Amino acid sequence: MGQKMLMKGNEAIAEAAIQAGCRFFFGYPITPQNQIPEYMSKRLPKVEGGCFLQAESEVSAINMVYGAAGAGARVMTSSSSPGISLKQEGISYIVGAELPCVIVNMVRGGPGLGSIQPAQSDYYQATRGGGHGDYRMIVLAPSSVQEAVELTQNAFDLADKYRNPVLVLGDGLIGQMMEPVEMPEYKKPELPEKTWAATGWKPGCGRDRAIINSLYIDPSVLEKHVNHLYEKYAAMEQAECRWQEEMTEDAEYVMVAYGTTARIARSAMRKLREQGIKAGLIRPITLWPFPAEPIAKAAKHAKAFLTVEMSMGQMIDDVKLAVNGEKPVHFFGRTGGIVPTVREIITEVEKLAKEGC
Amino acid sequence: MAIVYEKTKLLTDKPLHYCPGCTHGIIHRLVAEALDELGIQDKTIGVAPVGCAVFAYDYFNCDMMEAAHGRAPAVATGCKRVNPNNIVFTYQGDGDLASIGAAEITHAAARGENITVIFVNNAIYGMTGGQMAPTTLPGQVTTTSPYGRDVNHCGYPIRMSEMLATLDGPAYIARVSVHDVKAIMDAKKKIRKAFEMQIAGKGFSMIEVLSTCPTNWGLTPQEALKWLQENMIPQYPLGVKKEVE
Repeated sequence: MGQKMLMKGNEAIAEAAIQAGCRFFFGYPITPQNQIPEYMSKRLPKVEGGCFLQAESEVSAINMVYGAAGAGARVMTSSSSPGISLKQEGISYIVGAELPCVIVNMVRGGPGLGSIQPAQSDYYQATRGGGHGDYRMIVLAPSSVQEAVELTQNAFDLADKYRNPVLVLGDGLIGQMMEPVEMPEYKKPELPEKTWAATGWKPGCGRDRAIINSLYIDPSVLEKHVNHLYEKYAAMEQAECRWQEEMTEDAEYVMVAYGTTARIARSAMRKLREQGIKAGLIRPITLWPFPAEPIAKAAKHAKAFLTVEMSMGQMIDDVKLAVNGEKPVHFFGRTGGIVPTVREIITEVEKLAKEGC
Repeated sequence: MAIVYEKTKLLTDKPLHYCPGCTHGIIHRLVAEALDELGIQDKTIGVAPVGCAVFAYDYFNCDMMEAAHGRAPAVATGCKRVNPNNIVFTYQGDGDLASIGAAEITHAAARGENITVIFVNNAIYGMTGGQMAPTTLPGQVTTTSPYGRDVNHCGYPIRMSEMLATLDGPAYIARVSVHDVKAIMDAKKKIRKAFEMQIAGKGFSMIEVLSTCPTNWGLTPQEALKWLQENMIPQYPLGVKKEVE
């Protein structure tokens, strides 16, 4: 590899996963992520030790992931919003059993069957747990096909590092859009051996009997287990938070946007600067852990914030927590599968500049 | 003195939590003995269900996974596909397998997934306190069919073994019982055969074991064995339902 290719986001994510050593994929058809399972079904049987299996449901797919991850494999599943809702039970079990895996959500409009057009209305579900119980997941939000490749590969390493699922949260556009992409040569970092995996055991074989499990019937033991999970989450918050800042040093109006929306906000920011309005952009790359630090820093000198999302406003809660009442936080969003335009965002910021807040 | 009988090493020393007179203990022992006799402890991975056997991972002395309710065949599929040389079995109750997990078991069977399923059918949800199961007999009183299962209202019990035997995928499906010594000996033989099929790579095998629930049936252990024989066997006929060469 190494040369530039024109690839659809979904296909690039699938290839990136294979390059990162993913050999098992379990999925179920749903638009707009179908090119991921389709690509996997073509490629994985040709890769040594590779296995693609189409599950009978999203529910089964995530539980096949549980079994494969429990057996020590690098494994992935993908879906889109309604399908991810179905996977939530399994994701909660995977977290509880401390299994590493990668889940891709190419978000579409909701609620319910919604639409098949791009959306960001699964932010709460992605960052607040989604399934039942006290838990967290690293959520990576690419804003280009190239970044989707890199983040997918990082996702496998982070999953293995923390023994926790990692969610790649794209929107329909990231999945469907074709862009030039370079497949980087994947270098696996030093990671702990999976001595916990269920691969066959007998007394004296050099490890304890593997029990892949999320049941802790004694409340004091479960509390201890959850505390252990939260120690991992604290370590993630410490080490894994990522974001990109543009023109925030002197910005009076700071936009916060992720994924495809961040690209549109970037175009708006450049035009606003040409008009003499000091706009800046903070783009969270990890939605959890959320990059509160650069937002809190920008709040010191900015006049106001504008959160831009393809939803009715979900990430805005995290932005408000980070700003902590220091400055006004405004919102602009389109939903249901409508993508905001550069013009719309410019108008919103112009309005703020005019009102001086 | 010669040892004529001892506990199989495929069961741990952990005391079973099952109710007095429940036949889960017998079925655990039969599965463990089969694994032991076949010499496959170091290759075996068991998948426990949600239900009375939820703690099976504490009892089977091999690598174990605990699945979400009904999902054991999907978990076993993922595990088996990663390491096809492992011997993978699920141990599931009737609520788990025939109701919430009906899709998972059907498709694992249809794929001919090379796993072994131990399906324990006691016609009731035991762990949650005796609610109506998909296998509850017509007229049977449970905590959610307090006037007896009315088939006009909530339908008929499902014969999973017969249903799955209609599929092309399965290699071996049999229904056995553990209500007396003869039945237990036969159950042991067929459980062992199911694992042999997996070892030979023949594909999906399932043994449905008719089992008692004295606590939730409201019977003594002896009465429960008799009730199984007189009421369950006519509804769920014993025997081999499917066997490939």
